[in-house]
Amino acid sequence: MPQLNPLDWAPQLIWLAITFGVLYVLMLKIALPRIGSVIEKRAAKIAGDLEAAEKAKRDTEEALAGYEQALAEAKQKAHAIIEEGRAKLKAETDAERAKLDQELAAKSAEAAARIEKATEAAMKDINSVATDAAADIVRQLIGVAPSKADLERAVTAARKA
Amino acid sequence: MNWITAAYASEGAEHGGGHGGGTGLPDPMHQFEIMRLIPLEIFGFDASFTNSALFMVIAAAVITLAALFAMRNGSLVPGRMQSVAELSYQFVANMVRDNVGTEGMKYFPFIFTLFLFVLTLNMLGMVPYSFTVTSHIAVTFALAAFIFIGVTVIGFWKHGIGFLKFFVPSGVPFIMLPLLVVIEVISYLTRPVSLSVRLFANMMAGHTMLKVFGSFVVALGLLGGWAALAFMVAFTGLELLVAFLQAYVFAILTCIYLNDALHMH
Repeated sequence: MPQLNPLDWAPQLIWLAITFGVLYVLMLKIALPRIGSVIEKRAAKIAGDLEAAEKAKRDTEEALAGYEQALAEAKQKAHAIIEEGRAKLKAETDAERAKLDQELAAKSAEAAARIEKATEAAMKDINSVATDAAADIVRQLIGVAPSKADLERAVTAARKA
Repeated sequence: MNWITAAYASEGAEHGGGHGGGTGLPDPMHQFEIMRLIPLEIFGFDASFTNSALFMVIAAAVITLAALFAMRNGSLVPGRMQSVAELSYQFVANMVRDNVGTEGMKYFPFIFTLFLFVLTLNMLGMVPYSFTVTSHIAVTFALAAFIFIGVTVIGFWKHGIGFLKFFVPSGVPFIMLPLLVVIEVISYLTRPVSLSVRLFANMMAGHTMLKVFGSFVVALGLLGGWAALAFMVAFTGLELLVAFLQAYVFAILTCIYLNDALHMH
């Protein structure tokens, strides 16, 4: 077995030490830092992108919340305006109606007064008609014309009865 | 690659053409021969640039260039190569995090280098005419011993002398303790052996099998060689799996040993 020849060991070990040592330094100083930095850079980039995405998502959510709040406020305002309008309209209508009621009441009172007056006048006429009729009837019956004052007294008493 | 095959050929000539004994079949162990491509000596040590060293350099270069090429843009949306680089990064990072915890991430560069180095050496070994560095116990044991010593140092550095409690199982009758402590210490000391032999034996056995069946293809000729060839194709697939799996096992066991040192059970 050539492996067991001690004379061949020294050159192998010396060159193993040289090549392994050089390779170790090359890996340590050049190759590994390069690979490591690229991997780290990529990890940092991915983390940064994820963070940016997260931030964008948060911003969107904030904007959405703002929009919804504005919408709610606008709805409330619209509601208030409608309420106000309705109240104003109601007040106006009520005022109008009250005025109308008042006018109608005044008119009906006036009419009632007129009717009263007319009734009074009519009553007065009835007295005079009744007095005349009574004078006529008395003259026809007894041939004597009664005095006007007596007649009036009698008619009034009769009407009261 | 011509000069490598030429080197193999010349080496082969020295060893009698790489043919074992009188069987007429190629020696399946010949592929594991260490060949000095550039003889070199430093401070009295043999530091020759061998075929093993060549493939270690190739592996280190392939890993580095592939990583640099993959990450040349460093784009946010990765391309094909960058995906592979990032997947390996995260594969090993998760392995360390799951098995050692976040404080183990300090050792992530080491585990990453270890995993990719062993994986690339195993995979390069699957290329025909190449050399499998991890099929040598010297290499795997050196790695395992380095890990073993390092992990033990980390354990003592983190817990001080209290790290010795690691060898004393809790909730055991007092009378049993001496025996169990001895077993625990032995099992701890065998870690580098099992770690290195697992990788080395798997790689060596696989490549030997491939070589043996490869020679069967030739020996059995047009008539019977097809069966051996079909087996080889299937076995190559299995070997690719083993190449990955052993690198993974090597790395994950390192993580587990590291976890023991940092957190003690």
